[in-house]
Amino acid sequence: MNDMSESKTVTGAKRYSAGVMKYAQMGYWEPDYTPKDTDVIALFRITPQDGVDAVEAAAAVAGESSTATWTVVWTDRLTACEKYRAKAYRVDPVPNSPGEFFAYIAYDLDLFEGGSIANLTASIIGNVFGFKPLKALRLEDMRLPVAYVKTFQGPATGIVVERERLNCYGRPLLGATVKPKLGLSGRNYGRVVYEALKGGLDFTKDDENINSQPFMHWRDRFLYCMEAVNRASAATGEVKGTYLNVTAGTMEEMYARAEFAKSLGSVIIMIDLVIGYTAIQSMAKWARDNDMILHLHRAGHSTYTRQRSHGVSFRVIAKWMRLAGVDHLHAGTVVGKLEGDPATTKGYYDIFREEYNPMALENGIFFDQDWASLNKMMPVASGGIHAGQMHQLLTYLGEDVVLQFGGGTIGHPHGIAAGATANRVALEAMLYARNSGRDIWNEGEDILRDAAKTCTPLKQALDTWKNVSFDYASTDAPDFAPTPGVSM
Amino acid sequence: MRLTQGQFSYLPDLTDEDIRVQAQYAIDKGWAVSVEFTDDPHPRNTYWEMWGHPMFDNPDAAAVVYEVNECRKLHGGKYIRVIAFDASPGWESIRMSFIVNRPKTEPGFRVVRQEGEGRVVRYTIESYAVREPEGQRYA
Repeated sequence: MNDMSESKTVTGAKRYSAGVMKYAQMGYWEPDYTPKDTDVIALFRITPQDGVDAVEAAAAVAGESSTATWTVVWTDRLTACEKYRAKAYRVDPVPNSPGEFFAYIAYDLDLFEGGSIANLTASIIGNVFGFKPLKALRLEDMRLPVAYVKTFQGPATGIVVERERLNCYGRPLLGATVKPKLGLSGRNYGRVVYEALKGGLDFTKDDENINSQPFMHWRDRFLYCMEAVNRASAATGEVKGTYLNVTAGTMEEMYARAEFAKSLGSVIIMIDLVIGYTAIQSMAKWARDNDMILHLHRAGHSTYTRQRSHGVSFRVIAKWMRLAGVDHLHAGTVVGKLEGDPATTKGYYDIFREEYNPMALENGIFFDQDWASLNKMMPVASGGIHAGQMHQLLTYLGEDVVLQFGGGTIGHPHGIAAGATANRVALEAMLYARNSGRDIWNEGEDILRDAAKTCTPLKQALDTWKNVSFDYASTDAPDFAPTPGVSM
Repeated sequence: MRLTQGQFSYLPDLTDEDIRVQAQYAIDKGWAVSVEFTDDPHPRNTYWEMWGHPMFDNPDAAAVVYEVNECRKLHGGKYIRVIAFDASPGWESIRMSFIVNRPKTEPGFRVVRQEGEGRVVRYTIESYAVREPEGQRYA
């Protein structure tokens, strides 16, 4: 490998003579560059084609994601081109992954339009991902300067105000996705919502692909769901909600559905990640203007977040979504049925909920990140979780999270309301025990069994799902182990 | 019906010792604990009556239990809750809230429906108790 600390930049008139030149020679590799506090920094995992030098590959990524084209152009000289060139300034081999490198690239703030995820991503994950000299490319993390963070609205409501609106403090919120996800009529759908909320959940949720289909049109669903929400609220004296999915084919239609949800008194609406960054930002603005909590389902993300060698890490999607302004976003359960290494998932949760993220390589966080008082996002844990895991969920995920038990509520042998009650009792018993100083990680099963003595639905839930766990190797674990020198 | 607001309403009613343990958890976190009561438990009744100020400088949860019992002497037929307030930056709101006293009978809430056009219904939730004037609700 070539020297990774030496500049290769050609200077003077020779730099602009017509023809093809290596990217590293064009000024996209600057090993002496110290990023400015106002620079956007991207960390890519690059896998160069055989025979392509890592430094040249990193420079090419910097070039293709900023000002470069494949050949020298004299029109560069009409601009302050040194400023606009992204600069690869550091290339490290990835531990225990031959052929892969971490490339750190700094971008001047003026390369980006304020308040636009679309503009940021058009550069950072634009053409460059199809670039031939690379076998694979993954955007692992970004450092977003405060100056840029402050150009975004951020979460419409945020964790603190969401709790104030829901009158719910000091415990995870409980939810369930209505199942089966497709096929229920509006009337039957509302029944599931009513039973689950009356039994003790705070929220129910449309699934990502429930929009307006022949078996249930959206308006019908909204009307029956709000009957269910209000009945359950009266039955318990609590604020209840159901995520009404307003995802549709056009912005006009989404606004119409959101307005209707508002007119019915819903506290929350929902959108899917697949509607796109600009549509998400528009809905976040609408949500802020209308005092609405905005839930985002990350439908589609695994197509580009799951594989370690190519795509975009979910931690970057999480950062973009905090900027874009959603309140809820799915972030993994660790213990459930979907992808989620514990250390990596902690990194995501920290990005959602903290004011400041210090660099934590063991959690996949490569940069210090100041959120500049942007609201916090509520993580949602959903997918194959049940009451018997409550001690693990509370330990891994903490209090500020929505725990969504879909099958774990609706699949209860004695009905939906019993399933909801089992989850709520398990949660409150575990929380009580934790606050009392008990070691819930080791005593969790005892705590649940004791609580089940006075709660038959919980006993039935524990008996039904006692042996269910999802213990598979993760495809996306951190590259750095907590102890220096020992890599996973 | 049983009003299930708060962190522990699905568990058996808290004893004084339970209250002390949970309040001490809050105090040890640096949160100010206070006692509030109401005879209007509507889920959107944000402002319950304050039984004194939040106990900002109190290190011992026994004092919280004492205040709960003082409050019970006058308002034992009403709902009483303990809340913990966190003034740290980025939060500045409530961290805990749990009910420590409730009326002997809880009449619950009724749903009032106003039918509108296009099958739209405007919902109001009303506590049966608030049909009586303040001070005459519950026994």
